[in-house]
Amino acid sequence: MRQSIIQWFRFASPQSFYPLAGRLIPWFWGAAAAFGIAGLWISFFVAPTDAQQGEGYRIIFVHVPASWMSMFIYLVMAFWAGLGLALNTRVSGMMAQALAPTGALMAALSLWTGALWGKPMWGAWWVWDARLTSELILFFLYLGFMALQAAIDDPRRADKAGAILALVGVVNIPIIYFSVKWWNTLHQGSTINLNKAPSMAQTMLWGMLMMALCFWMYSIAVALLRVRAIILERERHTEWVKHAVE
Amino acid sequence: MQWNSVGEFFAMGGYAFYVWGSFGACAVLMVAEPLLAKRRLSEVRQSLIRERLADELDLQQRTQ
Repeated sequence: MRQSIIQWFRFASPQSFYPLAGRLIPWFWGAAAAFGIAGLWISFFVAPTDAQQGEGYRIIFVHVPASWMSMFIYLVMAFWAGLGLALNTRVSGMMAQALAPTGALMAALSLWTGALWGKPMWGAWWVWDARLTSELILFFLYLGFMALQAAIDDPRRADKAGAILALVGVVNIPIIYFSVKWWNTLHQGSTINLNKAPSMAQTMLWGMLMMALCFWMYSIAVALLRVRAIILERERHTEWVKHAVE
Repeated sequence: MQWNSVGEFFAMGGYAFYVWGSFGACAVLMVAEPLLAKRRLSEVRQSLIRERLADELDLQQRTQ
């Protein structure tokens, strides 16, 4: 028992996490590609035309996964930032920093695909509706986190300041998630509910889940790639880094 | 399958701009981001290799 805990803590050190991340990355790229091919196939060739929205609804297959990931990555980022703040582990802050750009990308894609879906269906690229506004705030939280960290020279202090921002911003996540319930909004209700049967065709649901898994695996792969760069940048004056690079 | 021709597939029932604009933006950004991350990693690696070479040269000169 004690032995296995020590094993896990071993990966909290950049020295052992760096090679581990390197070994894991190809597997996540492979999984992302496999889920992506399956998801795109279902999105375009299996899922039927929607009765109300015609072919325009197919935007759902990237819009929903991007939106989910933008929220989920924020929670993971805040978790790592909080862990770093509490336990002062070095890799935690690096993980939070590596996740922020990917989260920002997902939030940007969610807003972009949402605008392209809103225009033909609602007649507007953008409305100041609760769901859309809170997602925009999420995008700005990511940008704020990245700007704050970039503005502080000492990486450990940057981690601490970023962690506080990330933890305070967590309050926005349930606001986004429940916004369609709490306020009267133009945005449609959630497509998938935990306590009732999904209000969509089985094949559409499968397409969405495959694409969501693809985005998920992609996010892990790219975040691990970035955390490797961050580890080398921050640890460049240590002895192990000099031997890690051939 | 609901498409009768390749043209019909790309037309997306009149929603071509919106559908391809969404999938296209995802494709572009999700190719660009890993490339940028990869470049960042190889840049720091290169500079570490240069640094080590400089250290080794320095050491050689001092021992001579």
